[in-house]
Amino acid sequence: MRYIEPHAHMVSRTTADYESLAYAGCKAVNEPAFWAGFDRSSGDGFYDYFRQITEYEPKRAAKFCIDHYCWLCINPKEAEDVGLAREVISIIPDFIQCDNVLGIGEIGLNKNSKNELLILEEHIQLAVDHDQMILVHTPHLEDKLKGTKLIVDALNNHSKIDPSKVIIDHVEEHTAKIVLSNGYWAGMTLYPESKVTPNRAIDMLEIFGNENVWLNSACDWGISDPLSVPKAALEMRRRGYDDEYIDDIVYKNPVKFMSQCDKFKLR
Amino acid sequence: MKETNLIDHGFMDARIKLIDVAAFLDRVERHGQTDDYRYHALKEAINELQSDEIGRVAKILNRFSDHSTEPIDKADIQGAFGAPNPNNK
Repeated sequence: MRYIEPHAHMVSRTTADYESLAYAGCKAVNEPAFWAGFDRSSGDGFYDYFRQITEYEPKRAAKFCIDHYCWLCINPKEAEDVGLAREVISIIPDFIQCDNVLGIGEIGLNKNSKNELLILEEHIQLAVDHDQMILVHTPHLEDKLKGTKLIVDALNNHSKIDPSKVIIDHVEEHTAKIVLSNGYWAGMTLYPESKVTPNRAIDMLEIFGNENVWLNSACDWGISDPLSVPKAALEMRRRGYDDEYIDDIVYKNPVKFMSQCDKFKLR
Repeated sequence: MKETNLIDHGFMDARIKLIDVAAFLDRVERHGQTDDYRYHALKEAINELQSDEIGRVAKILNRFSDHSTEPIDKADIQGAFGAPNPNNK
């Protein structure tokens, strides 16, 4: 089996995880910029983080024949500090031309605050100004429905956003339609405690269709599983889906979305 | 697509999870900790399981969602709790 892991925070994972991904058939990983589990104190911390995901992680992945791509931003959890957020946004253009940068992300909302929304809008403008694709994080648990609506409104309100170049991640059964009916791509995250299980993701594929969707693990420093995408593929097989259908979901769909950036070239 | 017997495939897993929910409610009640809004949110959401209509998951998720529409003034915390706190207006 071949597949793409389209949302993984590999800076939090071991090199042994890269080896496991390779054994499972992973051809490429997508690493959106995210929260490190604590709030960074300055833009310098982000500068070093952006160097890590544009310089170091591609080399670590390449040792296992995995292509590494990334997305840049200050994540919504740290966006409440508008001064810090603007400092970080100001250094992103220094990295946008790096070979493995596919766009701006994972931007979005966390607690649906006014400052988070302001910084989301500034990230959207940054993406438009630099002709970048966008990867969006939607909030957790009780905040997801409201946050998804606010995010879709913010994107729809920008006249230069092409929905086909935006993926809104972490959809669940109550938000998938909001995302897909507005023309955006939807990501289903296999992170059972706070997002979806493999069987729920497969149910959503049956309900909402398999166009413009991808599955990801969003593996990070939390209780998460870097092999959740191949495990979901096994679950699809157990439910009677054939190899061609599975390949569409776990390989061709992410390739289709990511190929909209010229820099995405699988080895 | 090959048709799979979904009862064979999923019954035991669903049975385990349902019994675990029952055990959780019993445990909370035995220890007298029922004055938490999340306990009441869970008990209300369980009503959706008795619906005869498909769409129970979305209905339960909607019950566990904040339905306000305006951004909050400030994010004082970064985490989430799984159900909206009725004391947060």
